[in-house]
Amino acid sequence: MAVLTIRDALNEALREEILRDENVFVMGEEVAEYDGAYKVTRGLWKEFGDKRVVDTPITELGFAAVGVGAAMAGLRPVIEFMTWNFSILASDQIINHAAKMLYMSGGQFKVPIVFRGPNGSAFQVSSQHSQALEAFYANFPGLKVVMPSTAADAKGLLKSSIRDDNPVIFLEQERMYGLKGEVPEGDDFIIPLGLADIKREGTDCTIVARSMTVPLALQAAEKIQAEFDVSVEVVDPRTIKPLDIDTIVGSVQKTNRLVIAEESHEFASVGAEITYQVMDRAFDHLDAPIKRVSTAETPMPYAKNLEAAALPSVEKIIAAVKDVCYL
Amino acid sequence: MPKTATSTKKVSAKAGLNGSAAKTTQSVKANGSSADDGSYFDLELAKAEYAARRDSQLRSIKTIDKKLLREMLYQMVLGRRFEEKCAEVYRMGKIGGFCHLYIGQEAIAIGSMMALEPSDMVITAYRDHVQAMVKGLSPESVLAELYGKEGGCVKGKGGSMHMFSQEHQFYGGHGIVGGQIGVGTGLGYAAKYKATGQVVLCFFGEAAVNQGIFHESLNMAQLWKLPVIYICENNHYGMGTSQERAMSIRNIAKKAESYGMANEFVDGMDVMAVREATLRAIDRARNESMPTLLEVRAYRYMGHSMSDPGNYRTRDEIARYQERDPILLFKDTLKAAKVLSDKEFDKIEQEAAAAVERAVEFAENSPYPSESELLTDVLV
Ligand SMILES: Cc1ncc(C[n+]2csc(CCOP(=O)(O)OP(=O)(O)O)c2C)c(N)n1
Ligand SMILES: [Mg+2]
Repeated sequence: MAVLTIRDALNEALREEILRDENVFVMGEEVAEYDGAYKVTRGLWKEFGDKRVVDTPITELGFAAVGVGAAMAGLRPVIEFMTWNFSILASDQIINHAAKMLYMSGGQFKVPIVFRGPNGSAFQVSSQHSQALEAFYANFPGLKVVMPSTAADAKGLLKSSIRDDNPVIFLEQERMYGLKGEVPEGDDFIIPLGLADIKREGTDCTIVARSMTVPLALQAAEKIQAEFDVSVEVVDPRTIKPLDIDTIVGSVQKTNRLVIAEESHEFASVGAEITYQVMDRAFDHLDAPIKRVSTAETPMPYAKNLEAAALPSVEKIIAAVKDVCYL
Repeated sequence: MPKTATSTKKVSAKAGLNGSAAKTTQSVKANGSSADDGSYFDLELAKAEYAARRDSQLRSIKTIDKKLLREMLYQMVLGRRFEEKCAEVYRMGKIGGFCHLYIGQEAIAIGSMMALEPSDMVITAYRDHVQAMVKGLSPESVLAELYGKEGGCVKGKGGSMHMFSQEHQFYGGHGIVGGQIGVGTGLGYAAKYKATGQVVLCFFGEAAVNQGIFHESLNMAQLWKLPVIYICENNHYGMGTSQERAMSIRNIAKKAESYGMANEFVDGMDVMAVREATLRAIDRARNESMPTLLEVRAYRYMGHSMSDPGNYRTRDEIARYQERDPILLFKDTLKAAKVLSDKEFDKIEQEAAAAVERAVEFAENSPYPSESELLTDVLV
């Protein structure tokens, strides 16, 4: 297996899908000549040219709409948002148009489009550039929502997303682009949407984590094992919608304790949804109330110390595990 | 080809709350000149036009208060030295996140803002340090904000992109490209509603013109006769994308004509040209409650932000624009008009250097915000 960064794994996925299907093209701000603001599209414009890799003006609503129309008419656009914060300008096209088209047209018009880019916080980029939007998009029927946490998942899930006939919200994390991991060789490697992955097996407590909180949860699990001899299982849903609740419930039935770690705010979050579904399906298996670790209920501050205080951390996850284990 | 601002006719529109737009509005010709003939960015032309207006400029400068001229030069030099210091301390890790520097564009903020009354309102994008200081925020409070310290103008919560001061009627520092164009329009709406007599300067980059909100805002401002001066700072690039690669026509001033709005194209390397054009727009806004679009062309010497390698342009291109450096041009003018001497220039440099040093000392010594600040200011 090759060892790749998440950035390069995404790049390989794009490259292979552009080669595989002539209807696939990548569009967004600085994706072509500049090689991508975060270099995810590096080299693609040089290799494939203007038709397949397209720089846009700063006009998110406009190019998201071009993507939706092009998808209705048979193309398979991959629309990059420089960051998901800017997708909020395009959310009318994503929510009112892409998500509704199949239903409104009585099943006639599918919209096979991927919207992708970095989601969540970065490094002190302050309030307007540090938002985790998965709960926002997951709230609307008609969209799939994907959040990889490893290089292999990033590649396999992006390829599946591009091949999927539905609009897919594909949420990356800027802090994670440089993380390395093994990625299976071969351009037929894909990971189906809707399947969770157990990132670490354990018996005493489950942590459900996604995107940036997966590496944090894994570190927390190691420390808890060493310090308290508590065995933590880390479940990564990978796809938020559809959600593989069976795998989560199966884990809770084994460990009887659940912590949810997420980068979004906690109010009306994906964690809130998982909490409800676990309560619904596995109430009798819980030995302690479910705990959540989320980002503070505030816009992201700039100051380094305040940003750290706002975000989930290994320490906060350890504290939550100790709580549910009554340690 | 761009004509100088001075060749622009004055608009004859009358202010009026319910006056019919069709009757009272008459757009100033966008110096039609700036046609899409490929020579739009011709530096030789800009030089020739500058030379052509130089005599009259030298004459008119003698009628302006010397103290004001000195202060304009001081603010330009301070802005330059402040931003150079930001680059230096950013590389030392003192500043985090995004940091967009204003070097090369000083004549725009100084030329336009120093024509305002203190009560007038200003709003801009993320390239906001110099605008904030010209509006009256202390270099101390701006640099401490960049350090993410308690003494910052927003207590360390905003950082480089989000300077604000209600006291100074500085409505921020905004990070979403184009967002402040709409908000600035709303500031003008409030000024008119309350009949405060304030005018609004609303700054944005040329790439922001491609956002829908630019067009929506201009239409409303003209329709409702709002006292807003839209200042497009055309530095030729939005990140790594040149204007030609992102915009179907090159003449931005001309876009105002689709809304019947007065507009001018201005040489943004010439601080006096910016001042004169802004004064005309202020007159229109204050006395007739009518908006104006100014396209002011300058050049950004540094990368888009501190993390931009700048592979999309050549050193040679940068050097060619630097020949018309706004500070050099202004010094040259002040000297030729015998307003200031070399000795006074040195003094201004020393004052600016001292102000920057005071800001560094303040920012270094200011404490980090207390953690209890995390959850304040979310709701009133
Ligand atoms: C809605 C939105 N899209 C993209 C970005 C990323 N971005 C920040 S600045 C910028 C370029 C803007 O260029 P311009 O408006 O010309 O202003 P300049 O930076 O040249 O001052 C881009 C693409 C953003 N902040 N907001
Ligand atoms: Mg620009």
